[in-house]
Amino acid sequence: MLRKVAIISARQTTYEENKSDERFQEMCYPLVKECLEETGLDFVPGRGIDFGITNSDDFFDQRTISDGPMGDLVGTGRWGGEEKVATDGAMAVMYAAAGIASGHYDIVIVLAHAKESQVDSRNIVTFHTFEPFFTRFLGMDYTQALGLQAESYMHKWGVTEKQLAEVSVRAAKNGKNNPFAQRTDKITAKDVLGSKVISAPIRELDLYPVSDGAVCMILAEEKKARALTEKPVWITGYGNCYDSYFLGDRNLWESMSLSKAAWSAYRLAGITDPMEELDLAEISVQATYQEPMWYEGLGFSEPGKGMELFESKQTDTGGKLPVNPSGGQLCGNPLLLSGIVRTTECYLQLRGEAEKRQVKGAKRALAHGTAGPAGQFHAALVLENDEGGNR
Amino acid sequence: MTKRMRNVAITGIGQTRHRGHREDINMVELVSEAVEEVLADSRIDLKDIDCIVHGNMELFEGVHQPDMWHVLGDGAFGKAGYRITTGGTTGATLACTADHLVASGMYENVLAIGWEKQEEGMTTTGITNMADPLWEREIQTGAITGTHGVMMMNKFGEPANQAAAEIRVLMAENARKNYKAHLRIDITREDVLESRVLAWPLRLLHMCPESNGACAMLFSSEEQAKRLPQKPVWMHDHITVHRQETFDLVNMGDLDTHGEAARVLYARNGIVNPLKQIGVFEMYDPQSWWALDWIGKFLMFENGEQIDMVLNGDFAIDGKFPLNPSGGVVSSNPIGATAIIRVAEAALQIRGNAGDHQVPREVDLALASGFGGTFWTVLLLLGKDKPDK
Repeated sequence: MLRKVAIISARQTTYEENKSDERFQEMCYPLVKECLEETGLDFVPGRGIDFGITNSDDFFDQRTISDGPMGDLVGTGRWGGEEKVATDGAMAVMYAAAGIASGHYDIVIVLAHAKESQVDSRNIVTFHTFEPFFTRFLGMDYTQALGLQAESYMHKWGVTEKQLAEVSVRAAKNGKNNPFAQRTDKITAKDVLGSKVISAPIRELDLYPVSDGAVCMILAEEKKARALTEKPVWITGYGNCYDSYFLGDRNLWESMSLSKAAWSAYRLAGITDPMEELDLAEISVQATYQEPMWYEGLGFSEPGKGMELFESKQTDTGGKLPVNPSGGQLCGNPLLLSGIVRTTECYLQLRGEAEKRQVKGAKRALAHGTAGPAGQFHAALVLENDEGGNR
Repeated sequence: MTKRMRNVAITGIGQTRHRGHREDINMVELVSEAVEEVLADSRIDLKDIDCIVHGNMELFEGVHQPDMWHVLGDGAFGKAGYRITTGGTTGATLACTADHLVASGMYENVLAIGWEKQEEGMTTTGITNMADPLWEREIQTGAITGTHGVMMMNKFGEPANQAAAEIRVLMAENARKNYKAHLRIDITREDVLESRVLAWPLRLLHMCPESNGACAMLFSSEEQAKRLPQKPVWMHDHITVHRQETFDLVNMGDLDTHGEAARVLYARNGIVNPLKQIGVFEMYDPQSWWALDWIGKFLMFENGEQIDMVLNGDFAIDGKFPLNPSGGVVSSNPIGATAIIRVAEAALQIRGNAGDHQVPREVDLALASGFGGTFWTVLLLLGKDKPDK
């Protein structure tokens, strides 16, 4: 990036199963207001916010041009501009950063929203990602794809359902410390193994809960970021990558696209050993098997050793590299938004504002998002505070 | 002029033949036709492209996150990619996106792809679905509206009626020179004025078609542009202007996002006389009544001067101010691709190899516009020479 870019403000809603009393705009407005109040900015191009990036999806909103109703919230009422990123939320952050780094804008607001409760997100929305000739007839959707990938991963490396249940147990334990989390009740491995099967071998408590929520964020170039906040969080690495489409064309137990996305980000941030050089990671785990599998893709462990790393407790809060101290997506956030929710959590951690879930002295963090069936697409961001270079 | 961290050039252009029926291919194959052509045009190897930008309108074909499937035909396998959608402006936004991604230093060669296969769905149903479900959906008619026509008629009378038909005839004339255009029809002003009324005074022949098509453009850093054989066309500037969401029925004619975009873009780039300084304008004209009104907005006319200009033939390919030599949106409209086709056609005119619809003069600067959403504008300025840094 030819200019340094920082996140200078970020707000998120609580994540809930059904925010039926709020429309999209009502859900988002308090966040925008808080971000504007915190920074003192207004929607005046050149002297305030120059541009808006929204993040949503026509299918999730069941509305063509789903950014249409969101424009008013990001300052387009009087000739402002807005563009929509229609994939994982981390991409909206990355694209907002590109607008600033290109020199076109100095300050950009990002607004992401999704209300999965308004559509049958698991079985209808993601069903339509499958092409209409071969796979749609099979009734495929993302949960089916997750099931196939889980089988493949578990079979390849001899990981058991019992081992994976512990991933959910830890997530819920961490989620208890997160006031924004949706699934916070204490659960045991027995609860997980006794919950109903959604898509074998994945059970209800192995899987992220359907969720409503929103995130608002303001990004700025270096000089303005310094003027607007004491604690800017810098974007020092970015990467994203597509894998092939048909599940049969991929080795489902490994992820080429995750490795590529992550190592692009690490290279830019000057990281050669992520396990040593990151202070925390917030990763998008949609189902329990992804926790060890993503560790492998992210280079935290060797292939096949992800479960071992999890069980070593090194990724627990207080361990060598805490992963998902917020509880992660297993504790609830909309599917589409996971990457930007993870980014927000890293932002809070790097500013020392993560309260009960704070990782002490965090200076450099990884935020990860994924999209597509069984992690076809991955996005990774390395974020640092002013101490990031002095590790 | 906005500050630009580094120059960005258009180094390749690819388009399908835009057609009403393409039952012979699926969506991936449609996209790959444009991608194959941009690879041939730019002579770049797929491995040297580091990022794919992809956009359309999802609910038109009913495929969620189609970029996932399209990896099979758009070249994104193992590469970075962004999916950006902004309704009708999507294509123009994709060009802005590619500009940002290259100018930021994040990527060297970015391939932007806009596409739509409209025969797969029901377009007007899709568009109607953009209106607020509580307040506006019941009165939405998609893009079929006669409001602007009524206003023009009230203000300028019969000459406006004649000019709206005449500009449609001109677009058909241009489209017949462009083998990629969808409607290459031979029509007269009478044909237009006698065609079926959709929403008075908007008639069937005033309105754009539903097309299947894709357009792919390669955007490169200056260093890469030097390496690639095509004559580069430089991105000078672009601007996106929106307005509040709900339609203000009292004041609909003054939703002047086009005028605002033009004012800011001209001021930033030292354009004081667009008629003289701009060599060609590829304008997003979803229907000829809008076209007639919008030419005035973009050229900052206040008294309908464009009406006489249309009737004088000033907007012809060899006229005073060539407008849509490609035949425009009323001749081809694969929505997600429509606005990037404007950018592509403007760039072809600067390169000087637009084919039979090439304007017969040197083009130094070209404008391309996109229209979509609730009266949104994206306006891009391209140049033969590098912009001043």
